[in-house]
Amino acid sequence: MGVALTRLAQWTAAGYETGTLEITPLNESILNEITKFVESFSYKYPQEAKFVFVEPLEWKTYLEPSAFELGYVVSATTAESEETGKDGQPLLFLSVPYIKVRSFGQLSQLLSIATDSKLQEAQACIEANRDPVVKILGPDYNEMKEDPTRLTLLDTIIKDKETYMKRKVAILLKQLDLHLLNHSLKYISLEISLNPGTFKKDIELLKRFSGKGEQTVLESIEYTSDYEFSNGCRAPPWRQIQGEICYVLVKPHDMETLCLTCSTEGVFLNGGKTEEEGEINYERKGEIYKDLVTCLKDKSPVFSENMSKHEIRFTEEQQKDNQIFEKPKTEDGHSSVAGSEKSKIEKISFGKSPMTKRLEPSLNWRVTVDYKDHKSSIKDSQEEKQGKLEKSSSVSVAPSRAQSHRKGGEKVEETVSESSSESEEDEEPPDHRQEANADLPSEYWQIQKLVKYLKGGNQTATVIALCSMRDFNLAQETCQLAIRDVGGLEVLINLLDTDEVKCKIGSLKILKEISHNPQIRRNIVDLGGLPIMVNILDSPHKSLKCLSAETIANVAKFKRARRAVRQHGGITKLVALLDCGQNSTEPTQPSLYETRDVEVARCGALALWSCSKSHSNKEAIRKAGGIPLLARLLKTSHENMLIPVVGTLQECASEENYRAAIKAERIIENLVKNLNSENEQLQEHCAMAIYQCAEDEETRDLVRLHGGLKPLASLLNNTDNKERLAAVTGAIWKCSISKENVIKFREYKAIETLVGLLTDQPEEVLVNVVGALGECCQEYENRVLVRKCGGIQPLVNLLVGINQALLVNVTKAVGACAVEPESMAIIDRLDGVRLLWSLLKNPHPDVKASAAWALCPCIENAKDAGEMVRSFVGGLELVVNLLKSDNKEVLASVCAAITNIAKDQENLAVITDHGVVPLLSKLANTNNDKLRRHLAEAISRCCMWGRNRVAFGEHKAVAPLVRYLKSNDTNVHRATAQALYQLSEDADNCITMHENGAVKLLLDMVGSPDQDLQEAAAGCISNIRRLALATEKARYN
Amino acid sequence: MNRKKLQKLTDTLTKNCKHFDKFEVKCLITLFYNLVGDVAERPGVVTGLDRNVFRNILHVTFGMTDDMIMDRVFRGFDKDNDGCISVSEWIHGLSLFLRGTLDEKMKYCFEVFDLNGDGFISKEEMFHMLKNSLLKQPSEEDPDEGIKDLVEITLKKMDHDHDGKLSFVDYEKAVREENLLLEAFGPCLPDPKSQMEFEAQVFKDPNEFNDM
Repeated sequence: MGVALTRLAQWTAAGYETGTLEITPLNESILNEITKFVESFSYKYPQEAKFVFVEPLEWKTYLEPSAFELGYVVSATTAESEETGKDGQPLLFLSVPYIKVRSFGQLSQLLSIATDSKLQEAQACIEANRDPVVKILGPDYNEMKEDPTRLTLLDTIIKDKETYMKRKVAILLKQLDLHLLNHSLKYISLEISLNPGTFKKDIELLKRFSGKGEQTVLESIEYTSDYEFSNGCRAPPWRQIQGEICYVLVKPHDMETLCLTCSTEGVFLNGGKTEEEGEINYERKGEIYKDLVTCLKDKSPVFSENMSKHEIRFTEEQQKDNQIFEKPKTEDGHSSVAGSEKSKIEKISFGKSPMTKRLEPSLNWRVTVDYKDHKSSIKDSQEEKQGKLEKSSSVSVAPSRAQSHRKGGEKVEETVSESSSESEEDEEPPDHRQEANADLPSEYWQIQKLVKYLKGGNQTATVIALCSMRDFNLAQETCQLAIRDVGGLEVLINLLDTDEVKCKIGSLKILKEISHNPQIRRNIVDLGGLPIMVNILDSPHKSLKCLSAETIANVAKFKRARRAVRQHGGITKLVALLDCGQNSTEPTQPSLYETRDVEVARCGALALWSCSKSHSNKEAIRKAGGIPLLARLLKTSHENMLIPVVGTLQECASEENYRAAIKAERIIENLVKNLNSENEQLQEHCAMAIYQCAEDEETRDLVRLHGGLKPLASLLNNTDNKERLAAVTGAIWKCSISKENVIKFREYKAIETLVGLLTDQPEEVLVNVVGALGECCQEYENRVLVRKCGGIQPLVNLLVGINQALLVNVTKAVGACAVEPESMAIIDRLDGVRLLWSLLKNPHPDVKASAAWALCPCIENAKDAGEMVRSFVGGLELVVNLLKSDNKEVLASVCAAITNIAKDQENLAVITDHGVVPLLSKLANTNNDKLRRHLAEAISRCCMWGRNRVAFGEHKAVAPLVRYLKSNDTNVHRATAQALYQLSEDADNCITMHENGAVKLLLDMVGSPDQDLQEAAAGCISNIRRLALATEKARYN
Repeated sequence: MNRKKLQKLTDTLTKNCKHFDKFEVKCLITLFYNLVGDVAERPGVVTGLDRNVFRNILHVTFGMTDDMIMDRVFRGFDKDNDGCISVSEWIHGLSLFLRGTLDEKMKYCFEVFDLNGDGFISKEEMFHMLKNSLLKQPSEEDPDEGIKDLVEITLKKMDHDHDGKLSFVDYEKAVREENLLLEAFGPCLPDPKSQMEFEAQVFKDPNEFNDM
């Protein structure tokens, strides 16, 4: 505690004695930690809580004596604890406004009494007692030098209880201290970002992008001084004290030379360097910016413009540098953390060797002596401790630093980001470069030699080197990384930019292989390989086109790459490749660089498949006219052509536009045809595409008309390939939304198979299987079938899952089964209703709604439903409270459930007590027809109890209900008329209805062909009319 | 040369050439005589392109630079070894240059690379052909070391029977595996770009020749 307090807490004044703690987040968090520690002290360590401090902690309190109650002797201005030390003195003594406390027990009690002003008290206490450890343990213990293991050893030796206790307390305090230090380091590391290292890197990077010419960001950037101190600063020592690190002279394209100061606080313009004396005017002449780039962007428009062009590269370099230098950096950051803190508190200058700097944190501990009798152990324990701190602090610092760098890098990306359905491997994998010379495989050296020949050879030598390089196992990561690490990637990509066809082919053949490695992909993109490859797509040589497209297919597996392909016009070119397939005039003599048109189209499709994982690319493919071409390629029968084509279509089918186009281009027919293929992957993609498209009714019919249901059903029998099974079951699910399809599926015995798939399948499969069963069970025959096949039990078992999509489907399926009384009996026996009811508590609204819908048929068909519902403790209250939801679907489903629950008088009474009437009334103002219908039904049911009719009127539910009659939905009309009929039993409601013009609307309804509606409307009108007659009668009598 | 003679020459050459049609042969013959210039035809004296003229064509039209390879290409064209390329040698050579199949090209290239014509490409021959292929690094002790290494690499890649030299079988096998190795020891075929330009230029505008 002592160390943390003296060193880390941010005191306002430098003077020690009178300082008060600043209100800073860091201090607050330290105080919080301390209060937490003290509060929990008395029950965590009851023995130690009784330990009496050597000297009392004394401070000015805000507490009144009256605040102390049990266990204290209280008078007007004083309060003392009944608990006393050995000397008979009370352990807590308050004499307004001063308080003295002598044990942790009392301290923690005090904090619990203080409640709201806890932090205030802790702050006051610490401000008044700058050295609490000394007071608690006596001067000998000022600083602790022991590690716990040694102490436990000592414990056995030292029998003296007093000393033992003291020792224990000392350990506890030391632990707190360490905890506080770590805690505050976390804080500090978040704040501090500027140190000599970051500036140096920034400046070096900017230098690289500087020079003559329009494209550079700056004309020049120079340090004012060539001398670099060992701590990385270039400012003279007396300025380093101010936190200044270095000064730079920057010459932007559009401005005079700027003289900037880089300091730990940030970057600002200083008074400039005078020509004759070479002195810098250190005075600040403007705002402080967070870093060099921000500052320059603000100062120079040209810089900011050019920078934006370079930005991606710049930040990437920054990132790369950071990754490479990560290790030294954390240390660097760490020492500067300590350093800058120190400069705040103790005004210690920067001018120390890095070695001492790194040791600095340990200085904090080295202040005073240890136990007198263990002096010999001081030194090594100290080292141990220092090691410990270093470790823990670097652990806490490193991740947050790394994170903040990443953020910086990603920001650029995000600004131009796009919504996309990307999936796998979008996270950047850690870039681990091989450690220099650490057991490098022999391939490494051979590859290095070959790369040398690539660099320094003419085309003949280059071709030989390229061919020889291909003899290495390029699928192996060692070789892939070796090529990169010896600088081979740059050369390979440069070769693509030459006119030498042979070199390009050779280079692409290698790139195609090594780009299977995710790291290499990123490097290729970083080196600007994609634009060049996109250009090659225009080459007259087909084999070049092919190789380039194949390489793009490999590289474009992550977002940034896909975007780069699009931005360089790659999508249009790739789509153009698809067109080759049509040209039947194949060259008679295949030359060295030619290949078949079909091959070109296949490679194009392959690349498009990779690219189609980004939303914008899907759109670009469509705009480039890709769909008709894909449709045409789909008619071929080459499997290796069909897979990328169907893969692309399947990716794209997630877009509405595509689904329409797919229907229009008669693609479904061919998808169905390919379901019969031998190739599992092709079958999978076809099924997946059907799954995506079959949301549309017409498409579902098309699948049936082209005979797609049978192959789907038969594919169900093969359950080994789970991906394909998931796709197939998905397609079946969506197809079974159409009734005609369900009939077909029953014919093909698919339903029995589906039931069989309810167990032992991965969730992706289960979701689809259950979804399909849910659709099938809308038909009576299928419900019976599912029951007979024993499908109810596994379905109910699935109700306890956690997968949200699965739960939605399972509840729907169970609900569908419950429509049939015999199945319902089984569900009831398996306690399915209770499980459904518990799902009403699921956090996800879709699950809630689906569960509530499923409950409706359950309540309807269960024997003794009223009793069953009542048996769920708190169940009715739960349902009523769901009426507070703001999800329309949940509300509608709950209203439907309430309608069913309210059929039982007793339950109706209960839900009335839970306030169902006002809640329902509140919902009345809605435009959602589904909700309207079920709400009106619920209201009409709820009218049957007590004075609910009147209550609905009082809560203004009647007028909105009348408006429902203007809806276009007959279901709403019927439900509303019935509700109004019930409500019209109350005279006041009749008046409201009449006022809102219900009579005319109801009169129209009487003419409806729907009998229930007729009857209810007529009944309502008669009630209103009767009231009118009665009043008239009353008036004339 | 009169029209009738030209017609006859065209017919004979077309008969013996499988890659060119009559029109193309006619164009090439015209080109040949343009290149040879107005040398009066005398019986007994062979009209044709001598080494220097031919090398000039190779250099300017097909972008070849290596002296040695160009000499070898000349020898490849000059079937009868009389130091000059006749019109039929011209048509034959170009037929391979522009339209040759892989087999033909392999055979031709192997002959070009087999400097002493003993049926093998030896290490020495390779070294000879590759000696200018690497940038000389002044820092290296033995400037030829890189070349020697390159020869070893090539042998490793192509010498399938491990006898330290390339037979035609070795060469053929390697090229079939990897077409890029066809011109492994130097460009001796026109590169695709200059080939296309040449064809476009020579075979252009058929109408111009129709009335000949």
